[in-house]
Amino acid sequence: MTWISDLLGPFKGFAVTMRQVGKPRVTRKYPQEKRVKPPRFHGRHVLNRYEDGMEKCIGCELCAGVCPANCIYVRGADNPPDNPVSPGERYGFVYEINMLRCIYCAMCVEACPTEAITMTHLFEMSVTSKEDAIYTKDELLVDPDGTPNHPQAESPLIDVKELRLGDGWMRATSSAGRAEYEGVVAWTPQARNPDLPVEAGQSAESTGGDDG
Amino acid sequence: MAGIAREPGFLMTTLEKGVNWARTNSMWPASFGLACCAIEMMGTGAAHNDLARFGMEVFRASPRQADLMIVAGRVSQKMAPVLRQVYDQMAEPKWVISMGACASTGGMFNNYALVQGVDEVVPVDMYVPGCPPGPQSLMHGILTLQQEIMAGNIRRSTGVL
Repeated sequence: MTWISDLLGPFKGFAVTMRQVGKPRVTRKYPQEKRVKPPRFHGRHVLNRYEDGMEKCIGCELCAGVCPANCIYVRGADNPPDNPVSPGERYGFVYEINMLRCIYCAMCVEACPTEAITMTHLFEMSVTSKEDAIYTKDELLVDPDGTPNHPQAESPLIDVKELRLGDGWMRATSSAGRAEYEGVVAWTPQARNPDLPVEAGQSAESTGGDDG
Repeated sequence: MAGIAREPGFLMTTLEKGVNWARTNSMWPASFGLACCAIEMMGTGAAHNDLARFGMEVFRASPRQADLMIVAGRVSQKMAPVLRQVYDQMAEPKWVISMGACASTGGMFNNYALVQGVDEVVPVDMYVPGCPPGPQSLMHGILTLQQEIMAGNIRRSTGVL
């Protein structure tokens, strides 16, 4: 009776479809809703400021030295004595990152002695020309209120709230993660978002925090 | 000559919008996965991100049926002529997305084996930074390219035939 099973063939196929109908959808509607990134997500970089608005970068070029893709170009200059840009002697005069060469390994973040460069959850950086992918200091440096700059901030695809999220990898491994810094607001996401709780740190007593 | 050079009228602008809309929503990509970026490209086509929402779920194995080449991964010097041939076999109109650091600039592999940027071989319309770019980064590139196409001229030709 092969003709009966042949006749039932399409219905077997529909049964597979109908079994899936009631199940919850897994598709994320990307432009409307974005995936919540893991806390250690490596997005694009920002150059941070201290809470008084001073730049953290001291122009030491360690990030450029450690970069495996050679995508960072830094030149330091002496701070003008009457109007210093950063605390200390020198500041980052030129700071450029080629985002198309960057491999988002965060070794620059690791190398930075002042936590000037950190990574954000920003990932929407598509460009139509290669020149636009070179981010200069204007685009990398956060605003005085701590909001990262984005070259296409008006774009409907950019979520400005998301720009304010910091990188949890740095929270775990930065100097702010050390025990003596516990409870001290030393790290930029807190300076940006005073509402966020202070990082728990890595001491034995600390029980709070989700990544500490 | 003044009559020829005048602004396009209502009929032509409406037609252009319609054609651009149709092209935007049925861009079939030629699969050109070369390295780890290809995994993310496949992930973009799969259920959680679902490129079918943009009408481009069919990754064509034949360049004749494809409108968009997503160069996903590092292009070696030996692969460059192959890539160029696949591009030449695609029918107009065609677009190229250079996905990831290696395809766009060579990334961290600044050496004799790799083409330092696929735009040395084919004209690139959209660069997607990342190493590799996640599915949503790639979709941002695709959506930005769709915006470009919607705003573009329907007589657009890459002029490299």
